[in-house]
Amino acid sequence: MDIPHNKQIKMLETMILSRKFSDTLVELCKIQGKIPGMMILSTGQEAVGSGVCAALEPEDVIITNHRSHNHLLAKGADPNELMAEIYCKKTGCNKGKSGTLHLAVPEVNAPCTTTVVGATLPIAVGRAFAQQYRNENAITVCFFGDGAADEGSFHEALNLAALWQLPVIFLCENNMYAGAQRYEEHTRVKDMAERAQAYNMPGIIADGNDALAVYTATLEARQRALEGKGPTLLECKTYRCRGHGETDPQHYQPKDEIKAWQDKCPIPRLADALVKAGIIPSSKLEEMESIADNIVQDAVRFAEESPYPEPHEALEDVYVD
Amino acid sequence: MQKLGMGQAVNQALKEEMYRDPNVFIAGEGVGVSIHVNPMFPTHGLLEEFGPARVKDTPVSEAAIAGLAVGAAEAGLRPVVEIMFNPFFTLASDMIVNHAAKLRYLSGGKSSFPLVVRIKSGAGFGAGCQHSHNLEAWAAHCPGLKVVMPSTSADAKGLLKSAIRDDNPVIFIEHMGLYFAQMPVPEEEYLTPLGHADIKRPGRDLTVVTWSGTLGAAMNAAEQLSRDGIEMEVVDLRTLNPLDKETILGSVEKTGRLIVMHEATRTAGFGAEVAAVVMEEGFKFLKAPLKRVTGPDIPVPASPPLEKFYIPDENDLIKAAREILDK
Repeated sequence: MDIPHNKQIKMLETMILSRKFSDTLVELCKIQGKIPGMMILSTGQEAVGSGVCAALEPEDVIITNHRSHNHLLAKGADPNELMAEIYCKKTGCNKGKSGTLHLAVPEVNAPCTTTVVGATLPIAVGRAFAQQYRNENAITVCFFGDGAADEGSFHEALNLAALWQLPVIFLCENNMYAGAQRYEEHTRVKDMAERAQAYNMPGIIADGNDALAVYTATLEARQRALEGKGPTLLECKTYRCRGHGETDPQHYQPKDEIKAWQDKCPIPRLADALVKAGIIPSSKLEEMESIADNIVQDAVRFAEESPYPEPHEALEDVYVD
Repeated sequence: MQKLGMGQAVNQALKEEMYRDPNVFIAGEGVGVSIHVNPMFPTHGLLEEFGPARVKDTPVSEAAIAGLAVGAAEAGLRPVVEIMFNPFFTLASDMIVNHAAKLRYLSGGKSSFPLVVRIKSGAGFGAGCQHSHNLEAWAAHCPGLKVVMPSTSADAKGLLKSAIRDDNPVIFIEHMGLYFAQMPVPEEEYLTPLGHADIKRPGRDLTVVTWSGTLGAAMNAAEQLSRDGIEMEVVDLRTLNPLDKETILGSVEKTGRLIVMHEATRTAGFGAEVAAVVMEEGFKFLKAPLKRVTGPDIPVPASPPLEKFYIPDENDLIKAAREILDK
């Protein structure tokens, strides 16, 4: 497939921005009290969010999980508002109610991040149902990890989506770990994509460290959904380079395994491909890095200069008045 | 005035709201081609009237049904989904408790979830405790949800129409024992606002606060007590969350005595919440310690005499009333 150059460049820019964003958060987490709560990152998995979202149109919806930052940035969320929310500030996209874990950015059609493992799938079924009900020319993608595919909600959601032929892509970001369990320790199937057979939907496997492969697979699944041919289970094979959270010492992940996957980092992979294909000059990479760096530094400044919400604001936003 | 069972009243509310608003759809297990095929049941005939695009029979998948409601509501539809029996709320509860109730808050007020979860509830059918279990206190304990439990057909209709138009997630619990009793329901369009209790019978000597399936017993007890010159005020909560404290406290101020009656089990039941509100805000009105008349702390048994023992009735209430009045 000929992928438009602007799309390829966009994917690379998004990955670079996501990585800067994550790396900055790693540093910020080391400073006591800087960021409240947990910090769960998707370092090394950037090709998935970037590849998927590049294949989507603005009206398409994503429902995402606890490793959401790269998905949201790729979908076009404002980095300042994201960072401020991660800092739990008043200017955050959710006024400090969410923090890093449940970011909701409905204005870019990313209305829900849920940290309940497996919960993205039934909600995505509902969102895709609304698209079908209204005959919209749009689809829903829900991100979940390999661990979530063991939840009952995975099976209920796939069954219902297949039955009603809903326009949804179930995007399994298989990063080989569910908490501290390796993939082989929590399932007997070789590939999660195999489970699609049980629901009579396509089960596709893509190299999750290759943004172009993810893009292509997403585009095809999107087309099928728009044609009324129903859902796809798309498994993107990748690797969780950091722990379950930033406090996780990753003692259960072999060091050489982490190193081997770091060597397969999706960012230089796409960068080299674009340079080799003459789509960008190699000098452009430094410029992309610098732009991303400025965006993230601006976001950090914005977040740090923003006030915390007033305590009584905790009482707001429970109900629609 | 027409007379309807609660199931028929719910049916009428669904029909009217589906005609009024194309965003309203219903989904659940057997809501279309109903396995009950009973005209007294709430979704009877709706599939024929509105077609399969708006009346969605689902697989036996409570998490998917509730998730369908959450996702579709966020997109601006107004789902009314059915959980067949209250105990199966546990299967849907992640989507309801962790998502429907919380996602607005987590979004900082950007999103709203105008969904209704209709739940069939109540003992009295010999079905046993995995089909009969009143869990309204669980739902009422969850900020972000509204909880409605009508006791009459007319209220069921008016409250359900309000619930469907409400922009918040509403848990709407229907006692199946009320599906069959024919009660008057106004013919014309009307809405019963959420969050307002109703004094179903005025009285001066003591107050009973109740809701749902036990209203009938409370009314019977009040009638019997009246023959002995005791006038019991019957307050029907109708909505548990938001709770109409004003009506409860106003009644207790008038009568000075309170009994809370519900079919659900006693410990940590919603009656405890009503009691605590009155102790905190209406202690000065009380002439005697308040009482609770509830189901015992056991799962609902199947055998008819055991189930009858479980369900609090007018005799239990009359006994409590005489004790509290010391006569």
